[in-house]
Amino acid sequence: MTERKIKVETLTRVEGEGGLYVRLQGEQVEEVRLEIYEPPRLFEALLRGRPLEDAPDITARICGICPVAYQMSSVHAMEMALGVEITPEIRRLRRLLYCGEWIESHGLHMHLLHAPDFLGFESGLAMAKQFPDEVNRGLRLKKHGNQLVDLLGGRAIHPVNVCVGGFYRIPSRNEFQKLVPDFEWGLNAAIETTRWVAGFEYPELESECEFVSLSHPDEYPMNEGVMQTSSGDQIEISDYRDEFQEQQVPHSTALHAIRKTTGRPYLLGPLSRVNLNRDRLSPSARKLADEIAFEPECRNPHRAIIARGLELVHSYEEALQILRDEHSTRQPRVTYDYQAGVGMSATEAPRGTLFHRYEIDTEGKIVEADIIPPTSQNQAQIEVDLKAWVGQVIEKEESQAARLCENLVRAYDPCISCSTHFLNVTIERS
Amino acid sequence: MCKPRLAVFKFASCDGCQLSLLDAEDHLLAVADAVEIVYFPEATSHMEEGPYDIALVEGSITTPHDAERIQQIRKDARYLMTIGACATAGGIQALRNWADKDEFMQAVYATPEYIQVLETSTPIAEHVQVDFELRGCPINQYQLIEVIRSLLAGQTPRTPRHSVCLDCKRRGTVCVTVAQGTACLGPVTQSGCHALCPSYNRGCYGCFGPALQANLVSLSEQMEREGASKAEIAHKLKNFNAYSHAFRTESTRLVQLEGDQRG
Repeated sequence: MTERKIKVETLTRVEGEGGLYVRLQGEQVEEVRLEIYEPPRLFEALLRGRPLEDAPDITARICGICPVAYQMSSVHAMEMALGVEITPEIRRLRRLLYCGEWIESHGLHMHLLHAPDFLGFESGLAMAKQFPDEVNRGLRLKKHGNQLVDLLGGRAIHPVNVCVGGFYRIPSRNEFQKLVPDFEWGLNAAIETTRWVAGFEYPELESECEFVSLSHPDEYPMNEGVMQTSSGDQIEISDYRDEFQEQQVPHSTALHAIRKTTGRPYLLGPLSRVNLNRDRLSPSARKLADEIAFEPECRNPHRAIIARGLELVHSYEEALQILRDEHSTRQPRVTYDYQAGVGMSATEAPRGTLFHRYEIDTEGKIVEADIIPPTSQNQAQIEVDLKAWVGQVIEKEESQAARLCENLVRAYDPCISCSTHFLNVTIERS
Repeated sequence: MCKPRLAVFKFASCDGCQLSLLDAEDHLLAVADAVEIVYFPEATSHMEEGPYDIALVEGSITTPHDAERIQQIRKDARYLMTIGACATAGGIQALRNWADKDEFMQAVYATPEYIQVLETSTPIAEHVQVDFELRGCPINQYQLIEVIRSLLAGQTPRTPRHSVCLDCKRRGTVCVTVAQGTACLGPVTQSGCHALCPSYNRGCYGCFGPALQANLVSLSEQMEREGASKAEIAHKLKNFNAYSHAFRTESTRLVQLEGDQRG
C-alpha cells in the first residue's frame, strides 16, 4: 500500500496563520492535523499585574477582526468580579455594538473569504470582475458594520470607547439616527445576500458534532445566557471550566478543547447558534430561514455561510430597532470601588463562544487571566469533520483534494490570530 | 506596463493592520486595480513568490523561524514597509522583553517545550532594513492608502509626526488633562488617530507611539504632580508601543528612580 500525504502549507482567506496535514494509508485516513503555527503572544501572562481597566484595551489586540467580542467578555467578567450592575440602556448599547461586529465580520467572511470557494475564485477581489454587484454589496454591508462600531466604539478596529461599567461617552441621538437609512437599505441587502448564498451548490457532509452556544430565554444569544448543547445540557457560565477542557497538542500552538463529560470535541459558531436558537432570531431572519427551507438542525458545516447570512439579517434588524429608539440621555457608565474577586463571562464572537475569567486583587490589579477563544475550542471538531471529508475527496487529484480540504476549514471562519494561528494543507499517502 | 507587485506578510500580531486594507471598502477595488496583489493570504488563495515591488509587513519577530523568514522577505522586496505597532515597536507582546519568557510560557501552556519562541518580541527594523514605518495600533487606513499611493507615484511617503495635542486643538476637543485631571499620553504620542480618545472623553493611551521630539520626562513630572506614582506612569508607557525607544527609555528611568527611592 502506498502512503500519501496532503499538505496545505499556508491556509488562505483566514485570519492568522496555519496549515493542514493529512496522512493516508491506502484509502484509509490515518491522521488529520490542523497545524496552527501562529506565534504565541502570551496574553494571559502579560495581563497579570496590570490594572483591570486595561483588560478591554489589551484583550482587543488578540484579534483585529473581533475586538468587540474580547472587550465584551472582559468587561462583563470584570463587572462580575466587582459586583457592578450595568443599566438596561448600557446593556442595549453593548448589543448594538455587538451587532456592528457581527455585520462587519459576517459581511467580510461571506463575500470576500468564503463565497469565492463556491464560485471558483481565488479571492473576493478576483470575483469582483464577474460578480460586481454582489461584491460591492458585500463591501457596503461590511462598511455599515464598521460605521456602527466606529460610532459607538470610536474606531472599527480596537475600539476605544468600551470600559468596565459602560462607555466613556455615548453618541448623540442624532448620530444614531443618521445611520438609520443605511441600515434600512442593509436589512434588505442582507436578505438578498442570504438568498444568494442559499442558492449555492453545497457538497454533502454530515457532521456528528455536538452543537454548543450561549442561549437566552428572550433573545438571540450575544452577550449573555447559559451554555446550551444539542444533547440537551444547560451549563452555567460559572461551570464553564468544569465542563469544557483545553488540552495541548504537539502540532499546534493553539490549545484543543473537549467536553469533559464525553471526552469529545464540540462545535461553536453560527451553525450552533442558529440550530439552538432559531426561534429567537428576529422576525425577518426567522421568516427568511423558513423561506429558504434552512434545515431545523443543519449538520453540514459547508452550509454555515447560510447561518451566517441569517445572523447578518438578524443583526441589521436588531440594530435598526435600537438605532431608531435610542435617546442618549442617560449616564454613560456605572462607577465602582475595587474589591478582590473572581469574575467570568462568555459572549458570542462571530465565530463562536469566547470565555474570559479573571481574578483581581483589592487594588484593582489582575492576578490571573484565563481566555478560551472560539477557534481553539472548535479546532478539535474541525479535525474530526476533516477526517470524514478527506474520505470523500481523496479520489481527486492531489491539488484539488488539498483545495477541497481548505474550503471546508474556511467554512468554520477560523480566526487563527485568536486561537493563536492557521492553514497549509499537506496530504501524505502510503 | 506591468503593475507593481504588492505582497502582504504577517508575523506575531492580531491581523488588524492588514484588515485595515480590506476595511478601506471604498478604495479596495481601486487599489486592487492599481497593483497586482501577488501575496496576501488573508485575502486571496493566489500566492506568488518574489520579487515584490512593495512588501507590507505586519507583526513582530518572536520565533526563530520568523527571524529567518523576514530575511528572505527583505531580499525579495524592493520597498519593505512595516504596518502597525507590532512591526514597528514589537507590539503588546513585547511586554515579555521585561519578563522571564519561560515563566510566561508556563503560565499559558501546560507543555511549553512543544513551542519554540524567542526571549523577546522585536520590531522588524531590528532584523532588516525597513524603508518606511507606518505607525498605529491599529494603523489608520487612510494613511495606508496614502502611503501606497505615494510609493506607486515614486514619491517618498510622509505621515505627520506631530503630537496628538495639536489634533485635539484642531478639532476643538477640550483638554481632558486640564479640564478633568485625566492622565493623557497625548503630548508625547504621534498623531494619526485624529485625537480619538480625548474626543471620547478619555486620555490617549499611546497607540501611535512616540511623537517626534516628545518630552517624556516633562510629561512624567506633570503626571506626578497630578498624583500618579512612578510605577503607574511606567505602566501607561508599557503598552502597545512599550518597546519603542522613547517609551522604553522613560519607563526604564521611572522604574529605576522608584527602585532608588525605595532602596
